[in-house]
Amino acid sequence: MDVERTYGEVATRARQSLRDVERVPGVCKPNSILTANNIRREFGGIIAVDVDHFEVQEGSITALIGPNGAGKTTFFNLLTGFDQPNLGSWTFQGKDMSKVASHRTAAFGMVRTFQLTKSLTKLSVIENMRLGATDQKGEKWWNGLFSAVWKGQEAEITERADELLTRFQMSHMRDEYAGALSGGQRKLLEMARALMTNPTLVMLDEPMAGVNPALKQSLNEHIRGLRDQGMTVLFVEHDMDMVHDVSDWVIVMAEGRIIAEGTPDDIAKNSAVIDAYLGNRQGQSLLEEE
Amino acid sequence: MDWNLIFENSLKGFIGINAVYFAIAALGLNVQFGYTGLLNFGQAGFMACGAYGLGMTAHYFDISFWWGIPLGILFSVVLGLLMGIPTLRLRADYLAIVTIASAEIIRLVVRSVKFKTYFGGSDGINGFSSTFRALGNDFGIEESNRYGFWPFRFTGRELWVLIVGWLIVAIFGFVVYKLMKSPWGRVLKAIREDEDAVKSLGKNVYSYKMQSLILGGVIGTVSGMIFALDRGSVQPDNYSRDLTFYILTALVLGGVAKVSGSIVGSMMFWGLFTFMDNFLRQVTKDPVTIGNVTIMKSTQVGQLNYILIGITLILLMVYRPQGVFGNRKEMAFDGR
Repeated sequence: MDVERTYGEVATRARQSLRDVERVPGVCKPNSILTANNIRREFGGIIAVDVDHFEVQEGSITALIGPNGAGKTTFFNLLTGFDQPNLGSWTFQGKDMSKVASHRTAAFGMVRTFQLTKSLTKLSVIENMRLGATDQKGEKWWNGLFSAVWKGQEAEITERADELLTRFQMSHMRDEYAGALSGGQRKLLEMARALMTNPTLVMLDEPMAGVNPALKQSLNEHIRGLRDQGMTVLFVEHDMDMVHDVSDWVIVMAEGRIIAEGTPDDIAKNSAVIDAYLGNRQGQSLLEEE
Repeated sequence: MDWNLIFENSLKGFIGINAVYFAIAALGLNVQFGYTGLLNFGQAGFMACGAYGLGMTAHYFDISFWWGIPLGILFSVVLGLLMGIPTLRLRADYLAIVTIASAEIIRLVVRSVKFKTYFGGSDGINGFSSTFRALGNDFGIEESNRYGFWPFRFTGRELWVLIVGWLIVAIFGFVVYKLMKSPWGRVLKAIREDEDAVKSLGKNVYSYKMQSLILGGVIGTVSGMIFALDRGSVQPDNYSRDLTFYILTALVLGGVAKVSGSIVGSMMFWGLFTFMDNFLRQVTKDPVTIGNVTIMKSTQVGQLNYILIGITLILLMVYRPQGVFGNRKEMAFDGR
């Protein structure tokens, strides 16, 4: 009960902070942790991403939705350095990230997961988790041979990893190969592993893809839990129920642009969004039902 | 049929010098291919670095033999950087192409007439190993004496190289084992599984791949040194493509991503190879005939033996892809 109440407080605070934000695409947030300007990415003649302004409110859960091919994942790749834009710049906690290589974003506190789960199948679950920890002394080759140098740190990392596994109800799988996990469990593992980097912003690319309904509920809880612990969450998702359930703010992309922003309730009523998802005529008829 | 001789030679092949330098080279290849997933098809090039490092001390530089060791290692680090800088950011196949080509370039350069003053051309280099052999004498191993018991009887000269060689196998085996148990090794194995995941967790994948390529290359270099010391000479054509692929065969035979796999795989490779070679030679002492058609002569033993190696490798990949020591469970997750 106690946990429920604190969790509620954080959620209320996050929603209140966004209450007075204007519902227009590319609107400024009171406390932006991630700000992007004029991001443009072209593949040949196709403009995959063309975002004028984009902000993520600190301490909130922001959903990035849009039909297939809207450029959500490309935008994710750009923000995390996995792809380079033709134009544009972005800052994370006020620091310019435009020239930061993908492997360095984690050190800034920005971590991502992938649409196609990337669990390292031939490593055990606990080894997957340990890998996530940053600044490991034993990851320097000259220290590798001398276990005395890294043993202490390794024990701390293992302890933290075990705590996270317990939180994600995966401690019974600790010593299994990650390849032995089910699709949903891999999603959980990937999320837990990302948390090993102690991030401030967690970026989840379709966390619900291929996850069964029972596990979806607990994934939802975990995502709320991240915000509860003070992290900011930005996620791409197709599952509209989940978006409605979890997010504090929704940003809608279509054809590479941001076409709408607002609370989940606003977005559900937004005609531009329904057009983008379903095409014009069906959109209108749906609106009439509302 | 002299079974006694066949077994004596096979057992000697099992622990002989060929198995030693294969084991060292396979350990290096295992770091790159088995643990990191780097497709290095140019291990022979790294081995040539070591051999020529030693050889050039006598042939060109005229300096002490011992300088040959750092020189060979320097060559292989430079080679690793040259191969790695342009390719390690690309997909794995590009590294394979570049490594196989670089190893060939090295071989063709060192055997060329143009650079004969540096590398001795196609005759190779002789007469650099006397310091090493003298050291064996200092330890009380007479070169011309025979040591051991049946079937392991070696001349003092062979025995000295074998002792040093197995010592190096043990050292590198231990080093690779310890490194792969460390967090450093964990990053390499994770890179083998998925580079992007490792990048997203804040590891500099490019740098780790380079470290792996160079470490494996330096180990291969030491293997080339042992090879050269055993022969007492450096021959450019010993370091051609087939050497790399036989080492790869030995590695797969033993099982990738296992230290014991590289070592025992090399021993089994040469044990089996020597056995088949000796057996076939005994069989074909007189040409084998059916009626008046000659099926096989002793001059064809070599070819048949290499054909059998190829068949063994194919059968292995089909029926036991994890090799002798590999982990069956791990293989089951190979979703790539």
